[in-house]
Order: sequence, then C-alpha cells, then structure tokens
Amino acid sequence: MCYAIVAIAMDLVWGYTGILSLGHGLFFALGGYGMGMYLMRQIGRAGQYQSDLPDFMVFLDWKEFPWQWWNTDQFWWALLLVVFVPGLLALVFGFFAFRSRVKGVYFSIITQALTFAAMLLFFRNATGFGGNNGFTDFKSILGLPITTPETRMMLFTSTAFTLIATLLLARWIVASKFGRVLTAIRDAETRAAFCGYNTVHYKLAIFTLSAVICGIAGALYVPQVGIINPSEMSPANSIEIAIWVAVGGRGTLTGAILGAGLVNYAKSFFTQAFPEYWLYALGLIFILVTLFLPQGVMGLLRKKK
Amino acid sequence: MTNNAAAVNEGGGFGHIATGDLDATHGVVLYLEDISVSFDGFKALNKLSLSIDVGELRCVIGPNGAGKTTMMDVITGKTRADEGSAFFGQTIDLARLSEAQIAHAGIGRKFQRPTIFEYHNVFENLELSMKADKRVRKTLFSVLSSSEKDSIAETLKQIRLNDSADRVAGLLSHGQKQWLEIGMLLMQEPRLLLLDEPVAGMSDEETERTGELFLSLAGKHSLVVVEHDMAFIEKIARKITVLHEGSVLAEGSMSQVQNDPKVIEVYLGR
Repeated sequence: MCYAIVAIAMDLVWGYTGILSLGHGLFFALGGYGMGMYLMRQIGRAGQYQSDLPDFMVFLDWKEFPWQWWNTDQFWWALLLVVFVPGLLALVFGFFAFRSRVKGVYFSIITQALTFAAMLLFFRNATGFGGNNGFTDFKSILGLPITTPETRMMLFTSTAFTLIATLLLARWIVASKFGRVLTAIRDAETRAAFCGYNTVHYKLAIFTLSAVICGIAGALYVPQVGIINPSEMSPANSIEIAIWVAVGGRGTLTGAILGAGLVNYAKSFFTQAFPEYWLYALGLIFILVTLFLPQGVMGLLRKKK
Repeated sequence: MTNNAAAVNEGGGFGHIATGDLDATHGVVLYLEDISVSFDGFKALNKLSLSIDVGELRCVIGPNGAGKTTMMDVITGKTRADEGSAFFGQTIDLARLSEAQIAHAGIGRKFQRPTIFEYHNVFENLELSMKADKRVRKTLFSVLSSSEKDSIAETLKQIRLNDSADRVAGLLSHGQKQWLEIGMLLMQEPRLLLLDEPVAGMSDEETERTGELFLSLAGKHSLVVVEHDMAFIEKIARKITVLHEGSVLAEGSMSQVQNDPKVIEVYLGR
C-alpha cells in the first residue's frame, strides 16, 4: 500500500506533467530515514549495548548524537523531517533543474544521479545514519511495542487512510484547472508558456508535492518492514517505481495503484520461484508494456469496454 | 521566466492581467518607422514604414524574401531592429520589451503550424489560454465564473466550434485546429493579431469561413494577415501592403495594387 502511494505521486509528475523522475526512491528513503531516526531513539537502552546511543554509534565509539539527530526523539519532529527533508530537496533541486530548462531524458538522468549520490553518502558510516546496515531492530513506536498485532493493525489503518487521502488529493488536483495546466505543459510546454503560464512554478509545485507524498509513504513503510538502509536509494528502485506506473497506465490514478500492485505481486512470485531472474523479468515487463501496452493495463481495460 | 515576470512589472507597469496601457487615441495601433534589419549584410528589412489603424484588417503580401516574416518577428520582439522604431499605440516602445511582455501588452501571433493542447478538449484549450491570473495558487482553486463561461462560449461561436466543445483537440481537422488556435489568441484579448499564412492547408470551404471570421473580427481587433493565397486576399482585403526587398512597394485597395505598374513588375505580373 505504501508502494501504491508512491505510484500515485509518480503518476502526478510523470503521467500528468510529463516529467520522468528516476529519483523518487530517494524521497521515499528520506522519509523512511526520518521515521527511522525516531524509531532508533525509541529503542533507548533496550539495545545490545544498553546505551542511550543506537548500537551502531556505540560500535563506532561515538560518545554523543551528531547534529543530524537533534530532537529526533520527538515524534512531531520526526514527522516534520519526513515532510520537509524530501520537500526541500525536491524544491531546491527542481528549481535549478527546471529553471535551466532541463527536460526529458536529461532530467531523468540527473535525478538518477542524485539518488545514486545520496546512496553512496548514506553508505558511509561517517554520515551518521548507520552506514550500509541502516536502521533496524526497532522496538516500539509512540511507546507501543512495534510487533504486536494491535500496533501493526494501527500502522496498517493509517497507511490505508493515507492512501485514500492521497488518492482524493490527487483526484482533486488533476480535476482542477491546475491539473489541466499540468497536462498542457506535458503536451505543449512552449504553448503553455505563450499562454502566460510560468511553467517552472507549475513543475516545481507538483514535483515538490510528489516528493513529500513519497516521503510520507516511506515513513509509513519503515515501521512495517522494520528496516531502512541505503539500498532503498539504489537507482533500480526508482526505475521500478516508474515501471509500476507504466504498467498500470500513465495518466490514470487507479492505473498507478493497479500497476504498483501487479508488479509487486509479480515480484514476490518471481523472487520466490526464480530469485536470480527477477531483474530480467522486470526489464522484460517494461519492454513489453512499452511496445504493446503504451496506455498500460488501464488502456487495455478501456479498449475492452 | 521568473525574470521576465519581474521585468514585466518593472518596465511599463502592465502585469499579467492588465490590458496594457495601450494609448491608441490617434487611431493607430501600430507604428513602424524606418525599420531596418540585416542578417550578415543581407538587408531583410530596409527602412520599412507601416502603420496599422485601430480595427483595421490589413493584408500583407510580397514575394518570398520580401521581409514579411521578419516584420512579424520585429513586432513580436523575436528579432531586434537595427534601426528605426516600432511603437504599439502611442506609448509602448516594442524595442524595449521582451517577447512575453509584448504578448501581455496585447499582441497575439499565430504561427503557420497550429500548436494547441492536443489532449485537452476544445473548451479546455480556450479556458487555459483565457486571460486570467496564471499563478499556481490562483489556478489551483480557480473556478470558472459565469462571465468567463460566456466569453468562452462566445469565442466558440466565433470560431465555429460550438458543436465540438467537448471534442479532444487532437481529433479536429487541420482547419479546425487553425481556428482553435485563433480562438486561443482571442481569449487573451489581444488588441492586435498577427496571422502568418492562416489558411495554408485549408480546404476551400474552410478558407471561405476563415475569411468570414476575419471580417467579423476586424473592428473589434486589429489584424495583420500575411498570406500567399491571392483568392483569399481578394475576398477579405480592404487595404493591402505589398512588400518588396524589405520595404513597402505599394499600398492601397486590391484594384489599386493590382494596377500599380511597379507591383505588376515584381509580383503580380510574373
């Protein structure tokens, strides 16, 4: 379900505005890390070394929390991080990219480079986020033990609620005049500019919103799977997000959700049956969809009608 | 773009929605005086002088390379004049404005190839190009007022697409796309419309209707039509300007121009 939220966010920028971002995995992971820091602080002295510091810091012989960890024991602060870190990054990055009129495949490549660079940064122990192990062994959230069925149910419901809220928000956006300007930018950007729209502002607004939604999805994801590490930022993950949307059908919100569901179903099947072939299968799916189903599954359903 | 928007407000004081401080009290909407433009020594425009009255429908003809397109480029700010002055109304110096500012000031230009939003329907195409506050937050919460709906409906009728308001623009015929683009220009409420070969690729019937459309627009707007199709010109023209080698060769009604010996020599009499 977290994936479905990400798929909607991706669809807003790619399907509706025509910006193919291959860095959405980064925003997702940043949201996850924001939540992860709070969860690490919740462990408290229950870790292996019985220290206030997380185990990896004790292991590195650090005596106190580095500055990034300031205030992370507060849940509200973690929520702020989850929203503002991906949001600000997208805003600043998008501002420079869109203002310099970086478009199409070039934008895809630099977002890809961005997430790759971030992954390398987070792999380093010195960055202060647990290096390649990331964060894990969470014990509790908001004082509740994290593994009990009740807590899991609570996380599940809040995810479901977020998914519905995201879907409604996205619906409202694409149905507004703002949404029509976005598709106008996708189809004929210079014409839109000639009509007097500042296309940079529009692209920036939707890109930032999309990043924030991804961050929230990441924050919901981490307590449920119990781990966050830099491999979440690997370029392959971001590409996979784009494939969900392509499979489901670009420019349809239900399609994005459907695509996320279908591809992940296929993934869990494949990784159990033939683990080493999953990436090939994913590539094959992408090629087949592009060749035969340019409108995705939703396009197929529409044709059937 | 941000810079442009800021500059619009600085230079001249007309923002996104202002109609512009067009001062056409003398009855003239556009003055070109002794405009010269040269590209690598080739004089595309050579001391061109031209004035367009308010509400006038002017046709500009001339052989290839006579400077018709360059003239439009100078008016819309795409090309800068080496010499001479271009004024929009009495006060607005076009040489000092950027392309976007000129568009905001009230000059709309239609290019040869129609560019419209292919995946939006006709109504939405007009809605998007309508004169309005086009900043993000305003657009997000924008709801069409009834007067805005009326003005869209009126434009739809003008461009004869009121039966196709819900059709996706990409499915329109070539001629209808041209009309839609003209409609999109009209929604921006321009004072002066520049139309570069508007009937190219249209069927005879469409050409005829386009002529009617232009005649109905004249009066409310000023129009400058550049066209090769002489039959079309003959139908709509009141006053024709013949360009040759970058300057005005002759000006007058169709019959005057046709009987001008200089014109016969370079153009009509071939």
